[in-house]
Amino acid sequence: MKIVIINYGAGNIQSIMFAIERLGFKAVLSNNPQEIQTADKVIFPGVGEASSAMKKLTESGLDSLIPNLKQPVLGICLGMQLMCKSSEEGNTKGLGIFDVDVIKFTPTVKVPQMGWNQIYNLKSDIFKDIPENEFMYLVHSFYAPNCDEAIATTNYELEYASALQKDNFYGTQFHPEKSGAVGEKILENFLKLNSNT
Amino acid sequence: MLAKRIIPCLDIKNGRTVKGVNFVDLRDAGDPVELAEIYSAEGADELVFLDISATEERRKTLVNMVRRVAEKINIPFTVGGGISSVEDVEILLNNGADKVSINSSAVKNPQLINDLAQKFGSQCVVVAIDAKQINGQWIVHLVGGKVPTELNLFDWAVEVAERGAGEILFTSMDNDGTKNGFADEALAKLSELVNIPIIASGGAGNIQHFVDSFKVGKADAALAASVFHFKEIEIKALKEELRKNDIEVRL
Repeated sequence: MKIVIINYGAGNIQSIMFAIERLGFKAVLSNNPQEIQTADKVIFPGVGEASSAMKKLTESGLDSLIPNLKQPVLGICLGMQLMCKSSEEGNTKGLGIFDVDVIKFTPTVKVPQMGWNQIYNLKSDIFKDIPENEFMYLVHSFYAPNCDEAIATTNYELEYASALQKDNFYGTQFHPEKSGAVGEKILENFLKLNSNT
Repeated sequence: MLAKRIIPCLDIKNGRTVKGVNFVDLRDAGDPVELAEIYSAEGADELVFLDISATEERRKTLVNMVRRVAEKINIPFTVGGGISSVEDVEILLNNGADKVSINSSAVKNPQLINDLAQKFGSQCVVVAIDAKQINGQWIVHLVGGKVPTELNLFDWAVEVAERGAGEILFTSMDNDGTKNGFADEALAKLSELVNIPIIASGGAGNIQHFVDSFKVGKADAALAASVFHFKEIEIKALKEELRKNDIEVRL
């Protein structure tokens, strides 16, 4: 199986590489369109600021490539947020895969949310054998509001979408690669999805 | 609900774990990667590695350690000690560290906080503040608490938050090594003043001290070293007790 992690200069890619290796798979890092298109699974990571990450995607032409991918794609953290319609962070236009606008937590809670919080209302293949209310590791100031494409929700200030899915596109606000054994299981579920979705 | 975090801190010298009592006498408590794996399995929510080596190869040794830890560990970890530039941070993050902690370099060059937040995002920028009380004022100290600055703890905390720090690691030098509890009053004041997470550090001696740091000190996370290294407190037992006290934890 060919797993490609999209390398566009935004994010802690090494942790995802290592997590995939711990699961017994191997991933390659690439920003080459052909390499990405021929992968069985694509991981779209990202940490940092939305508008500068989006700029890097646009510069490399990946902004038009990603929404047209046919194999399972997993966006993590900022990767997930960039797959949405827009982000309030830096007034960024997103890839528009998920029909939701990313907005900021208000100062009624500490921002960023940093640490372990529970995911529930799970509904997706990637949560196979994952019980409700498991704790996942999250670090973020912006969030996707609860919506039709939510496949997991989390409560912080309000109930929001901590994972999204549309067709072959998956996104997790939490970091499965940093969320202990349960997180690794979610990553494994994704890697074991049928590649010809 | 967002859980309160328990964070073992591993002091690292030349690739080995050490822990100073009041930051002076050092004792060897093992291999960092091995310890990290044990803590992760016991339910630690995060780990902090604080490098106190002063050799020329220190950066290379630290980067190697970070890589080895990232290979093995599936929880987040922060690396601190001697970090003073954007390049230092880049190499640590690229090798698998989730966050970096800066201390003296932030005091000497506050712009570094802005630069790091802008380049890597606030989520990976922890500003560590060591402070102790002098004539009733909490004064920020450098070099492991040896050198006083002109800065007031609370003013400095507000400034680092404004500059883009994602989290504050506050160590009370008055409490550190005493095992008499965290500086709960100062913690609570910090928590009210700034809207970013506060990690309590310095003074953990028993389970009640952790309960107090969350209930009285309103901390978001509590960090300790020797009570964990010398098995005086087991993380699982600690978390069970916290839960009994209605404190949300990941169990």
